[in-house]
Amino acid sequence: MAAATETVVHETRAPSSAPLLRVQNMAKHFGGNVVLRNISLEVAEGEFLTILGESGSGKTTLLRIIAGFETADCGQLWMAGERLDLLPPYQRRVNTVFQHYALFPHLTVEQNVSYGLRVAKAPPAEIAARVEQALAQVKMTAHAKAKPAKISGGQQQRVALARALVNRPRLLLLDEPLSALDANLRRQMQVELKSLQREVGISFVFVTHDQEEAMVMSDRIALLRLGELEQVATPREIYSRPATAYTAQFIGHTNLLECEVKNGVARCHSLSWSTQAGEGSALFSLRPENVRLVTPGTALAGEGVRFHARVRHQAFHGATELLRVECADGLVFTVRTSGRVDLQDDLELEFRAADAVPVRGSGERS
Amino acid sequence: MFSRAYRAAVTLPPLLWVAVFLLLPYGLMFCYSFWSVSPAQTIVHSWNLENYRQLVTVDVYWQTLLRSMWIAARVMLLSLLLGYPLGYFLSFHAGRRKDLLYQLVIIPLWVSYLVRAYAWKTILGSDGVLNTLLQYVHLTRHPLEFLLYSPFAVVLTLTHIYTPFAFLPIYAALEHVPRNLVEASEDLGASPFETFWRVIFPLSIPGVLAGATFAFVLSLGDFLAPLLLGGPSGIMISNIVVSLFGAAYNWPLGAAISLCMLVLVVSLLFVSERLEKKWSFR
Repeated sequence: MAAATETVVHETRAPSSAPLLRVQNMAKHFGGNVVLRNISLEVAEGEFLTILGESGSGKTTLLRIIAGFETADCGQLWMAGERLDLLPPYQRRVNTVFQHYALFPHLTVEQNVSYGLRVAKAPPAEIAARVEQALAQVKMTAHAKAKPAKISGGQQQRVALARALVNRPRLLLLDEPLSALDANLRRQMQVELKSLQREVGISFVFVTHDQEEAMVMSDRIALLRLGELEQVATPREIYSRPATAYTAQFIGHTNLLECEVKNGVARCHSLSWSTQAGEGSALFSLRPENVRLVTPGTALAGEGVRFHARVRHQAFHGATELLRVECADGLVFTVRTSGRVDLQDDLELEFRAADAVPVRGSGERS
Repeated sequence: MFSRAYRAAVTLPPLLWVAVFLLLPYGLMFCYSFWSVSPAQTIVHSWNLENYRQLVTVDVYWQTLLRSMWIAARVMLLSLLLGYPLGYFLSFHAGRRKDLLYQLVIIPLWVSYLVRAYAWKTILGSDGVLNTLLQYVHLTRHPLEFLLYSPFAVVLTLTHIYTPFAFLPIYAALEHVPRNLVEASEDLGASPFETFWRVIFPLSIPGVLAGATFAFVLSLGDFLAPLLLGGPSGIMISNIVVSLFGAAYNWPLGAAISLCMLVLVVSLLFVSERLEKKWSFR
């Protein structure tokens, strides 16, 4: 089983050329607390990589190590063939968008954006041109002369982005940049940020605790849990082929089925299906939308597993509805359906055996 | 919300205090400054500007006032030069020793001003610690006379006494500089030195202004240090006021000088506050 998931991880969008950033065996502890252990990660040129994790997972610490604000206990950082971890932050060709923007309050929007270029002693004409372009890129030209305190949170966010991008870094680090915005603005900024990243072609390493945000924006997601990488894969891959029970539960809803595998057949209560998973007890993740109402006369492609269950609870989500259904033997499923059903209805349901994905339990490491 | 009686009980004592110990004396001083003294040493209650004329025309008064301002300016400058690096070090580089060092700066404030002034007298006197040492190591043959009873001694003592007052607001301002701004600056390629000049220092200016004002105003009105260590050449305006109210028995002239000082100090505070507002961004 472990071997099967390993191959899956390696299939995911292998960087075409040498990676831009390579994190090797990074570890960090604060006092007695281990914050990161043995992190190895690669970021490709032009890639949007999201480091996703709950609070305390070590995601911000990892970002701060890349930026140079923290030093790792061991491990190395390489960027484009150069040791990064030996340089102070101001010598790294990496820029950061901070969680609370960290705009300089005594400087105007324009002066904030030109800061990096002025420090680098760029020619004044070039500074003016690039600042103007950067402000236009984030639609903040009209507020060039304003002080940060006079503009809104979303606008400050844009200025912080322009201030970093104007330096044309090879890598942009973003530390939960959208977490202070309200839901609507946040969704809008997700789209803007993603299209901006495509436009400029700079690699982004984006830290968030919001799995939806990670799914919407990323080329790849690195899921961090208690200082260790749980899985690194594309959003599609991580959703449809979660490697662990934790991943399956953290990203989207899922049904975790505890099974016994014997002679290539998985058994869970009265249900059974054939599987490639190894013998013995196993966990399977089954997404709610992969359990369907049986429509008479149609057959599922591949092996189907059918069962009867009664609707115990409904939650309306607009286009779909999440049902909690209970089989006669007490097995409970979460099912996503767009059909109209009523509480206590007796339903005939089915799922494809291939959609039940074997996952490692929490604590197990491959 | 609160009863009338309650509000009266709360506001009346401070109002009374201010009226009796502040407004009344100032009012009296204001009146006195326009009166005069008869040759028979009685106060003549006739209104005139004679005292203010004397203040401008008699050399010793305006010269002493200028000298006092010059001494205060030097004390201010030295206090800032000592207080700022101290505050910067404590705020940014002291790490875990921060609280201890902070207490060490504050502790001298608990020692009586008089004791500290006398301590300098012991150090700077012709038989003092410093002169004895200099002669002992044969750097000088005779005691250095300029050490004590000079403006130098006054500036030195006042700097020692008022540096903590300059340090405190500077330290507070530096503590309020968001650390993520320092990180942002370094992230944008600024070296630690550039980060200091472009970010940390501008954001600490309100503290510098407050510290400078403290040091200047407190020094300007000081009379103990010049009395104990100043000698004839280190005399300050407050010493003149003290003698006018005492031995010389010329309250009207003393009141006029005091009022001038008051106007000067209040306008300084006003300007300083405006500047501080201009330089604060939160």
